[in-house]
Amino acid sequence: MPLDTSVDTIRLFSGFTRGSLRLMLRGNRAYWTWLAVLGALILSGILAYVDQVRTGLALTAMRDQVSWGFYIGNFTFLVGVAAAAVVLVIPAYIYNWKPIREIVIYGELLAISAILMCLMFVMVDIGRPDRFWHLIPGIGYLNFPRSVLAWDVLVLNIYFVVNFVVATHILYRAFHGRHYIKRLVVPLVLFSIPMAVGIHTVTAFLYNGLAARPYWNSSILAPQFLASAFCSGPAILLVVMQLLRRFTRFEIQDQAIWKIAELMAYAMFLNLFLHGAEAFKEFYSSTEHLLYTRYWYLGLGGHHTLVPYAWSAVALNILAFAIFIVPAVRRNWIALNIGCLATYAGVYIEKGMGLIIPGLTPDTLGEIYEYYPTVTELRVAAGIFAVGFLVFTLMLKVAVPISLGEFLGRENEHRLETVPVPAAAGD
Amino acid sequence: MENDAKHNSENLSRRGFAAAAAGAATWILTSCGPKRLYEVPKDRLRTKISELEQRYQQRYHEHINVADTQPMAGVEYAYALDLSRCIGCRRCVYACVAENNQSRDPQIQWIRVLSMEKEKGVDLAHADPYYNPPEVPEEGHFYMPVQCQHCENPPCTKVCPTAATWKERDGIVVIDYDWCIGCRYCMAACPYGARHFNWAEPEIPTAEINPNTHYLGNRPRTKGVVEKCTFCIQRTRTGRYPACEEVCPVGARKFGNLLDAGSEIRYIIEHKRVFVLKEDLNTVPRFFYFYAT
Repeated sequence: MPLDTSVDTIRLFSGFTRGSLRLMLRGNRAYWTWLAVLGALILSGILAYVDQVRTGLALTAMRDQVSWGFYIGNFTFLVGVAAAAVVLVIPAYIYNWKPIREIVIYGELLAISAILMCLMFVMVDIGRPDRFWHLIPGIGYLNFPRSVLAWDVLVLNIYFVVNFVVATHILYRAFHGRHYIKRLVVPLVLFSIPMAVGIHTVTAFLYNGLAARPYWNSSILAPQFLASAFCSGPAILLVVMQLLRRFTRFEIQDQAIWKIAELMAYAMFLNLFLHGAEAFKEFYSSTEHLLYTRYWYLGLGGHHTLVPYAWSAVALNILAFAIFIVPAVRRNWIALNIGCLATYAGVYIEKGMGLIIPGLTPDTLGEIYEYYPTVTELRVAAGIFAVGFLVFTLMLKVAVPISLGEFLGRENEHRLETVPVPAAAGD
Repeated sequence: MENDAKHNSENLSRRGFAAAAAGAATWILTSCGPKRLYEVPKDRLRTKISELEQRYQQRYHEHINVADTQPMAGVEYAYALDLSRCIGCRRCVYACVAENNQSRDPQIQWIRVLSMEKEKGVDLAHADPYYNPPEVPEEGHFYMPVQCQHCENPPCTKVCPTAATWKERDGIVVIDYDWCIGCRYCMAACPYGARHFNWAEPEIPTAEINPNTHYLGNRPRTKGVVEKCTFCIQRTRTGRYPACEEVCPVGARKFGNLLDAGSEIRYIIEHKRVFVLKEDLNTVPRFFYFYAT
């Protein structure tokens, strides 16, 4: 009977939840210090955000001229992270390549944390967060399909749900010592691959579709978004994998790490190539649209705030490419990690501030307002990153022992035996 | 068995409660909460507006009249601005601020007047909105006021995720300040810098509030929402001129009905060399610039 099964499910699930909580509360001093640091950052972020809600977005450096800033930059970067983490699934499933397959679940957990951060960055950016329900179809009104932002709301939420369901299902089943349901997981995982490309393409189109902003209104934007995402997402995963290997019994073959590093080299090449193509077109044709690119790379009439960032991004990306393309170098662990950091930092700069600010500077009437985030924006952003890291840490804390088979819901198995089987109970 | 039954009933009642709570929440949000003004039926509109008036009464301790004048049949508005006459005095800017209850602190101005060099012509990259000489007009300069162009094909309304902004039948692009979530996507989409955001709680001294307002126009706004020029919808829908047109000391501003073949605006469009800003973007502005002399 459905009711009985649902009672069992609730019991099994609460066992899973309680078990997970117990795992989260178990840790050494380093673990607790890490959580404390994140907690402090979250607290500081909350305080800053409360101030911002009370006073208004005037506490940020955004103004009518540059109406989006650090928040939306971070949002864009993290959509890339979320997308790329799951795209690692492609080689795992298409080539049935086991070394990567083992870590797919961690890609999904990373995607969940990244999307969570994306949604939070949007929430802190809107002027009336109390009205977010206006976006919910049914009680509010979602301007679909006309507004690309409506598309983005939809795909991000679907992507979040899909990854959440898959990851939770796999862990839940593993916790009870059972294999996941193939009929459920395989289609969802396959579905999440085009979704991953989709969330990033839609996010690119968000900017791409605005003819008012020539810096964004270039068809190279979506491909370039994908290319840079395939650099930054794996860069984070590579570091996470090394940490896992070091601090847990989790085994990840060197092969898997090197393979991902190699894929990153190709992605970075593509990213640099697309940037080069765009820069060539702008500088050689030298139309009035060159202003924005010029502001980013060279500065405009005494306004140079972003120029050092622009060139650091270029340098970091080239460095990362050089490290990952040479097999002997990428097999050196120190070089590999430098490459990951360079990738992460380079893409973070070009995809965050480097995309948003030059897109809006000079503004549509030619005014140059130099945007630079305020302390409030930095604190709120740090708080959101801390929430993301916290969620990721806690999920890893549960996922690693379960997938290693170190932690199973034995009590639950035992209880299952004493509960009459559903059919018997129903009669 | 008994145990199970108990669990079941507990589970059932809990479920029932959750369903009831969700239902109640949905009901509150849908029937009591604000709905888009765009789709509020005409008979409910009056009720909604008197609610608004009460809200303003409490806030400003003064009666603020909120009109719901609808578009006139056979009227589509258009504006024309004579660049050869404009002297850059910014009287239009301040008349607009006063008429349309724009925040004085922080300052919001729906009209931006750009000072341009005659040598360079209309060149936004070299325009200066902060010109401040002892006297205008300055030698070698001309002035270009820019405000909402009330595009035929507005890029701003298309992008709004909650459809809180739209073009009315008479061509006026309006915003529902009670439905806007403040995402500012429209500001990124507007090629004319016409949309302005309330970065903080708008402040207007009570004595300076214009109590004659329209529900889609100059009624007071809150922080966190976007606002813009509405061709003075509260005036023009009753047959008056916009405040900026009326105040212009040199008669550089012309306003009228595009569908009336005998109107001044039609004469200008048909007989003068008019142009629109950023024609290549195909926004088809209803705001024309021209040189009369």
